[in-house]
Amino acid sequence: MKILVVVEHDQQAVRTATRSAFTFAQDIAQRKEGTVECLVLGSKMDGVAADAAQFASVLTADDPALAEPVADRYAALIAKTVNERGVELIVAATSTFAKDVVSRAGGLLGGCMASEVIGHDFRDGQLTLKRPMYAGSVTAEVQLHGSPQIITVRGSAYAPAEPTGESHSITPITVNASELPSHIEFVSRDTKTSSRPDVSEASIVVSGGRAMKNSDDFERLVGSLADAVGGATGSSRALVDAGITPNEMQVGQTGKIIAPDLYVALGISGAVQHLAGMKNSKVIVAINKDPDAPIFEMADYGLVGDVYEIVPQLVEKLNAN
Amino acid sequence: MKILVPTKRVPDTELKIRLNADNSGVDEAQLSYVINPFDAIALEEAIRIQEGFSGDVEVVVVGIGSEEYEKPLRTGLAMGADRALLVQSDEGLDPWNAAQILLAIVRRESPDLVLMGKQAVDDDANQTGQFLAAQLDWPQATFASKVEIDGEKVQVARETDLGIETVNIKLPAVITADLRLNEPRYASLPSIMKARKKPIEEVPASELGVTIEPRVTIHGYAVASAERTCQQLGSADELLERLRTEAKVL
Repeated sequence: MKILVVVEHDQQAVRTATRSAFTFAQDIAQRKEGTVECLVLGSKMDGVAADAAQFASVLTADDPALAEPVADRYAALIAKTVNERGVELIVAATSTFAKDVVSRAGGLLGGCMASEVIGHDFRDGQLTLKRPMYAGSVTAEVQLHGSPQIITVRGSAYAPAEPTGESHSITPITVNASELPSHIEFVSRDTKTSSRPDVSEASIVVSGGRAMKNSDDFERLVGSLADAVGGATGSSRALVDAGITPNEMQVGQTGKIIAPDLYVALGISGAVQHLAGMKNSKVIVAINKDPDAPIFEMADYGLVGDVYEIVPQLVEKLNAN
Repeated sequence: MKILVPTKRVPDTELKIRLNADNSGVDEAQLSYVINPFDAIALEEAIRIQEGFSGDVEVVVVGIGSEEYEKPLRTGLAMGADRALLVQSDEGLDPWNAAQILLAIVRRESPDLVLMGKQAVDDDANQTGQFLAAQLDWPQATFASKVEIDGEKVQVARETDLGIETVNIKLPAVITADLRLNEPRYASLPSIMKARKKPIEEVPASELGVTIEPRVTIHGYAVASAERTCQQLGSADELLERLRTEAKVL
């Protein structure tokens, strides 16, 4: 079985979530006598390609026309590569990049696709995938019918692959920029300028909910505690709705789905949609005024009280050490 | 201009999802259904475009399902859609087959814009809009938080993991709605009354010439319980102590 991993990168290196996609791909390859290659798309990709070559053979589509991940171009190149090389399984990590680009490629390749996969097994030789439904309250076992199959896996469900120890080949593929679709024009990106770690990749995440009355309070409470423990900040949907936090901070069913070592929920009641985004965290701490808040049922440690009183105490004690 | 808004019927998100006694499927007895919240946002946006546009704009809301879908479609009409199409299909469709039906509807209706939710909150696949755009060879702008139409050109702000991305696309196009695009209106009583007279055209899926070939089949369900035993602590000091010595995460 020929497997192709679509690499997501930050212009310099392979993203951690893509390394989780490699873990999935390598397991399938091992059990189905498959081979794993990966596809790097972008502009000035030498560094990313070298990084990716630690995990598998690399195909690079390197062209100024690919400087931004524009869905129609990227999807067309992924589909072309898959067709030319007879790829039977395409793997990527779940992210907005994959949802946009890889799903469109899936639409060009027959739509045999499962997203957000959190586990897999073979039943009577048939690949069976576990994926959450209904905001994670149910896990369904699904099978795909047809070829090629397209699978995105949750980074939090598979440990990131380690380098294989050998340096794999890097092969450029021909990009004819004038033949690429040009329906979508990239204009700009409002990049976050945060000194804090990315919420998707941080080992500690401190999140705020409805108890935060405004963005100053969010920063003073959630931000300070995150800084005191070297963590990232997250947010419930309520605060995104209220315009207090940006959407990329949202943890939950329709936002980021994460599983850090420590998740601290400050003033979050624990709606099922929020729990879907964090319930697989290793250790969960909940601080909430309401002793009956559902978040406590999902927490390992709870403190009933006002976050406006407790959080400053925590920050002070942490900073004193 | 014509805007097509495909919608999916999903269980009310306020309700707890339970499985049948034998875990063979979702227990539907206790459920009530609504338009997928992201599709409602897409519909609201289509209506706002109609309200703010100098020329004529027709908003057509589409549903796929059994007759039970009529009620949510009426809600869509009460919000302000001009007419509704109900594609009759009793099969649970995966994103590919939903996109195939929508593709046939687009060919029939020739809209300038397809506006739909970025994902349905039942299967959370986040694929149908992208599949449809790919099949049509139309541009797509997924996860839209702002849509500005200027003639044939549309500028869309997109919510990505890296922050807000702005793209320009040309009509015809597919746009999928994210959370912050707008807040859908509640239908007023007069508009609910008025909606009763608006047409819902029923189209049997068989008439569209689409062959349903499942790409994704479900073979079992399990309840994903994540309940933990919570240790209620008395103070900030005690919490830090436990996190350091017991959980060893600090």
